Amino acid sequence: MTTIILKHDKAKRGGALRWFMQVGWKHLVGLFVIAFSTFPLLYILSTSLTETGNIENYVLFRQFYLGNYTDLLKSPDYPFVIWMKNTLILAGVTAVLSVFISALAAFAFSRLRFKGRRAGLLSLIAVQMFPSILGLVAVYGILSKITDYVPAIGLGTKTGLILVYLGGSLGGGTYLMYGFFNTIPKELDEAAKIDGATHTQIFFKIILRLVAPVLAVMALLSFIGTFGDYVLASIVFNTNEQYTVAVGLQLLLADPWTKNWAMFAAGAVMASTPIVILFVSLQKYITNGLTGGAVKG
Amino acid sequence: MRTRNKNFELHSGGTPSLRGTLAKIFILGIVDAGVGFVLMILIGKEKYGLAIFFGIVTIVVNWIYLRRGGLPAKYLAPGVLLLLAFQVYVVIFSGYISFTNYGDAHNGNYAEALDAIQQSAVEPIEGASEYEIKVVRSDDGAVQFLAFDLATNKIFMGGENYSKHPWREQTAADGLVTDDSGYPTALDGVTFLTDEEITEVDPGVTTLKIPLGPDLKKDGFIATADAFFAQQNRFSFTYDEKTRVMTRVSDNKEFIADETVGYFKSAEDGELLSGIGWQVRVGWSNYQKIFTDKNLRGPLGGILIWTFFFAFASVFSTFVAGLALALTFNDQRIRGLRIYRAIFILPYAFPAFLSAYVWRGLLNTENGFINNTILGFMGDNKIQWFEQQGAARAAVLLVNLWLGFPYMFLICTGALQAIPNDLTEAASIDGASPWKIVKFIKLPLLLVSLAPLLIASFAYNFNNFGAIYLLTGGGPFLDPTLKVEAGATDILITFVYRIAFSRSVGADYGLASAFSVLIFLIIGSISYFSFKRTRGLEERAQ
Repeated sequence: MTTIILKHDKAKRGGALRWFMQVGWKHLVGLFVIAFSTFPLLYILSTSLTETGNIENYVLFRQFYLGNYTDLLKSPDYPFVIWMKNTLILAGVTAVLSVFISALAAFAFSRLRFKGRRAGLLSLIAVQMFPSILGLVAVYGILSKITDYVPAIGLGTKTGLILVYLGGSLGGGTYLMYGFFNTIPKELDEAAKIDGATHTQIFFKIILRLVAPVLAVMALLSFIGTFGDYVLASIVFNTNEQYTVAVGLQLLLADPWTKNWAMFAAGAVMASTPIVILFVSLQKYITNGLTGGAVKG
Repeated sequence: MRTRNKNFELHSGGTPSLRGTLAKIFILGIVDAGVGFVLMILIGKEKYGLAIFFGIVTIVVNWIYLRRGGLPAKYLAPGVLLLLAFQVYVVIFSGYISFTNYGDAHNGNYAEALDAIQQSAVEPIEGASEYEIKVVRSDDGAVQFLAFDLATNKIFMGGENYSKHPWREQTAADGLVTDDSGYPTALDGVTFLTDEEITEVDPGVTTLKIPLGPDLKKDGFIATADAFFAQQNRFSFTYDEKTRVMTRVSDNKEFIADETVGYFKSAEDGELLSGIGWQVRVGWSNYQKIFTDKNLRGPLGGILIWTFFFAFASVFSTFVAGLALALTFNDQRIRGLRIYRAIFILPYAFPAFLSAYVWRGLLNTENGFINNTILGFMGDNKIQWFEQQGAARAAVLLVNLWLGFPYMFLICTGALQAIPNDLTEAASIDGASPWKIVKFIKLPLLLVSLAPLLIASFAYNFNNFGAIYLLTGGGPFLDPTLKVEAGATDILITFVYRIAFSRSVGADYGLASAFSVLIFLIIGSISYFSFKRTRGLEERAQ
């Protein structure tokens, strides 16, 4: 703390040039990076406000036409509201369940000692290495088998897809969570155990409470992952009413530079806004969630 | 005795509460009811093997949760079950498939292939009558053809089910009414379908085969291509079940079911009867193909090099950018620091599939924002981002940098803040320059904590299907002579995806699975060895 104050004083005394050498240039860098990271987003926002999908003379925000938004919300061919609802249900349920089930397994790996523990951890990582996109054939095979017997959880159903998502996210999720649980001192639950706490009480009331912010971030990351899935959702769902936002918006891209491109832009803005806000407001915790506690943000 | 008792307590986790027990029984009850329902369906469909399998799994799950102790299993069961079903099974299945010829051409088992060949190989019976038809629905709901024989002016009717609706002549005695030219206008017991009703017949009218006699395969059938005219057809092949030989009717050539390739094949000249085959095990031949097939070996070398380059360059560029930014902005003196940080991570917060589409628009050669505004000074020398190899690869890397640098920025910032202040303060008191502090203190510490994440990032980018597929689709496809298309930005995974789900050449799951097993091995061993090395790094640092 003291050094910072000292440097501040020095900067003041040295005048503008010194300020620029120490801090000011960072603002220049910052502005450049801001331009780089935002112009695609500003571009799509501007496109969504044009009538034709073409930005006049390539100058952003010349037009403020809101028709694309209202058209998309009303369009019977592109039921955006239904897509959004489907996506939110899928991503929400997957996020909650995957975090909970991962937490259960991570608790076992972190706090209990059993045969095959190390091998289990290793195979969790190993299985994750398999290129999931190529498991599509098998996943499709499983789902269509399920459809033959229990159509309620087979192809074209949210439950079926949620099961697939869960199976896919558990390995990585468990491993990350395992890292967090290890950062919680064992003395805590041992003390609780001596006080007569059951294992469920330790799990729910001590461990889960302590990592609650991390759980929230992991749920958010899982939510975003599911939200953005195109490939799996596109093979499982095949009617307009079942589509997710990722699959549905693709329909609008069949011919770009037309009215549809502007509608796509409007859809992209509406679909991404809540996620972006959530993400940016939780950014403080997110670093932690990304690194599995290896790095404290 | 006392210690044993204590151990027991630790493992069983104390006495369960009443509420917990009730919740447990409630959830188990729901699960058991669900499985019971599924078992009933399976038994109803006579799938006893599957039913027994699920029954046993359920009993095991109940046993895990109802017995005392065995705590690890209680926590692991839900995750392990899901992982087994949707991950481990997927890996094993792909491994198995890689030793078969499973694909569009070999989709099902022998019986299915046989049926498909017979259904598709159809030819008109020469010299037989042609008909003008009306599609009708009889009172029992069956769709039938009422056919006017163009040669004899006789009228026939029949349906798909020969025993119920045999093909036979209709006369006034059946209630047939005809117009002046002998054309049917009404018949007892049937309604004529309107054009609209015809299009709604499921499955389509054009797939109907109305048998001419009790044996569809021998007697032939009536079929229509347009719901107006129909002719007598027969299957092009006859099949002998005992010898598993197909005989072509037109020239009596014999084709034998060959179990090594999964096709009907002529013993004389190796001619295949049809492109439709069945699934057989083919040993190592898919793996062999990867290394020897000219169509694959040609593009594969280039793709492999580009895949490694793409993965490495993506990790390197995003890490360098993220690290530089994190170092620059890890400075409390900067005003608006939080706003800067929030804006920097916007690309990461924006859903990635949308980003790919947005960039596709931005980089469009004619209408794109980049060529027209940012690179507007280049006038008409527009960069053809998606048409040239170099430009397309640069575009992919640029977009991946945009997508990935905020992640690196976040984790580098986190790691930087975790470095104790005392360390850097001590160094600066000792007179170390800021650059030296970065180089000798911050960077080594950062690398230790971030190495596993960088390896994971490499593995992720090695298989970064979305970044390539949604942006360029692997293109541009500059070599039109290739049998299996390979584009300039294709990485291994997109190339394999095309093999697996290709529409032009026909999907080859067997070959694609062999590839996935190899990719699995490549990524697995790279990760294994680099994790081992980073552990060494960590020990040295301590």
